[in-house]
Amino acid sequence: MRTITYSQAIYEAMCEEMTRDPSVILIGEDVGTFGGVWGVSGDMLKRFGPDRVRDTPISEIAIVGAGLGAALVGLRPIVEIMFGDFLPVAGDPLVNQVAKARFMSGGKANVPLTIRVTTGAPGSAAAQHSQSPEGWFMNVPGLKIAVPSTPADAKGLLKTAIRGEDPVLFFEHKMLYATQGEVPDGEDHLVPFGRARVCRQGDAATIIAIGGMAPKALEAARALAARGIEVEVIDPRSLVPLDREAILASVRKTGRVVIAHEAHKRLGPGAEIAALIAEEAIGWLDGPIVRVAARNVPLPYSPELENFVLPGVDDIVEQTTKLVNYAL
Amino acid sequence: MKIEDYPKEQLLELYRQMLTVREFELRAIAERRAGLIPGFIHSCVGQEATAVGACAALRPDDVITSTHRGHGHLVAKGGLPKYMMAELAARTTGYCLGRGGSLHMADFGLGILGANGIVGGGIPIAVGAALAFQIRKEPRVALAFFGDGATNEGAFHEALNLAGLWKLPVVFFCENNLYGEGTPQAMQAPVADLALRASSYAMPGVIVDGNDVLAVYAATQAAAERARTGGGPTLVEGKTYRQRGHYEGDPMVYRTKAEMEAWKQRDPVVNFRGRLLAEVEVPETDLAAIEQAVQTTLDQAVAFAAASPKPAPEAALAGVYGDTHGGLVF
Repeated sequence: MRTITYSQAIYEAMCEEMTRDPSVILIGEDVGTFGGVWGVSGDMLKRFGPDRVRDTPISEIAIVGAGLGAALVGLRPIVEIMFGDFLPVAGDPLVNQVAKARFMSGGKANVPLTIRVTTGAPGSAAAQHSQSPEGWFMNVPGLKIAVPSTPADAKGLLKTAIRGEDPVLFFEHKMLYATQGEVPDGEDHLVPFGRARVCRQGDAATIIAIGGMAPKALEAARALAARGIEVEVIDPRSLVPLDREAILASVRKTGRVVIAHEAHKRLGPGAEIAALIAEEAIGWLDGPIVRVAARNVPLPYSPELENFVLPGVDDIVEQTTKLVNYAL
Repeated sequence: MKIEDYPKEQLLELYRQMLTVREFELRAIAERRAGLIPGFIHSCVGQEATAVGACAALRPDDVITSTHRGHGHLVAKGGLPKYMMAELAARTTGYCLGRGGSLHMADFGLGILGANGIVGGGIPIAVGAALAFQIRKEPRVALAFFGDGATNEGAFHEALNLAGLWKLPVVFFCENNLYGEGTPQAMQAPVADLALRASSYAMPGVIVDGNDVLAVYAATQAAAERARTGGGPTLVEGKTYRQRGHYEGDPMVYRTKAEMEAWKQRDPVVNFRGRLLAEVEVPETDLAAIEQAVQTTLDQAVAFAAASPKPAPEAALAGVYGDTHGGLVF
């Protein structure tokens, strides 16, 4: 095991897969000479050359559409879209073309395409550079959605995505890039999709924490433990597929559930998870299903306004305490 | 190249393909009325020369992306009428197992990367295939078919910009049939010659009579050769005409009978038949034999479709993903 950053983990995953398989390429805005606006691709242009690491014009439709075309004839492209907020620019290729190519063709199209994209609020980036759009795409059959929260998961899930046969939206939380964690050695560190990680065990309540909220949920769990409340924290790691069994097993164990994500509350990923729990485990609940999420307004610029809109550690602590004390 | 300089077999094959496209469309329209085909049809009657002429300039391992008006492209790239008819009839033997229909037929083995229900949707996909060919240093070409309406979409401009920038081996083939759905092209773009749009992307823009299959073939041949040898993309504009409505049932209030009649005089299939008889002295009996064979092919295609099974309802749940992670995604 080595301790590396989330950003380094993603870089290593891309480099290892490009070394392993000549059909893997990286295209996107500023991924080459610049090294990625988030610095993730670093020296990859030098390492793999301008054929396989390509700076593109600011043309999200062409980037995603070309990624699909290249995948259909046998490449395994990694496409980087700088901000999740820009995904709607590529709405048609992503939603109508990439997601549906296999199904529409009667299952014949192979679409090994990984779309790396950033998510979450980096602080005062305002309404068009701060969104968490994971939930928008959960409603589109054909896409897989990964939401890693640790360096180990980022590396392992990305390698699984690149080696897989389906399109993956890979959401990298901007505030996690500099965070550190242990990553298993070896080039075959693969994390499967659809397998949640139990980050912490407990029986007072289950906190299901997505992406950037996972470390915040663990911080909240430590604060709750100081008050004698031991909560379980679950990171789903992928939203499509979703590890239904892990979520339901934990809910049956604790009877209380808090879902935390940075996406807006209304029809965010938590809505689907809450519905799943209501459908499959309502009899096990000892209180309402609670969602800790962004308020339903665009993300504001002012730090005071933004802090008010975004969910934080204190919100998780407060809502969980209230839930644990809830009496039917 | 003059018509008499082409080998006779090649001329007859072009005629056979154009006639197959024409008769396929007319038969599909009839079978839709008769109830065999549940979905809508955007027929390419009148545009046979662009599909057949352009694909004749491609090699088997070249690829195309097609459009909502794509039956002709599929036939011209080697698609078999029986699998196409079965797909239109929503049968398990169709190209997409009944999941795609007219708008989404594909055959990756034939280099048909798919028809498309979104105007302009296939253009960036062709660019991506060309990118793969360039990276792997393969002497292959991608050709994107699209209509005049698509040249007003962002996808067209982004794709041409990228292809021009990277000198990708693509042919952009615009079938300008003068109407974007129900609105004349003159009301959709400030230029009549859409080939002009190539100049912004540092590629040649070529205008060709889209109802002359030999002219289309020659122009596409030159563009494909240029692409294949590293010269980059070309925009070819074939001027043609959609003889029927945007879709079957379109009341066509937006154009005159006189205009439609005038274009019927320029019918690509009828006129090419006339040239074969008059200019290269193909015997009438040779053409009659082709016409009989095409009818037989289509009779067999309809019979094949009608006799094929409909999918079991639960088959709808298969084929969304290549890997369902043990059934976790559905």
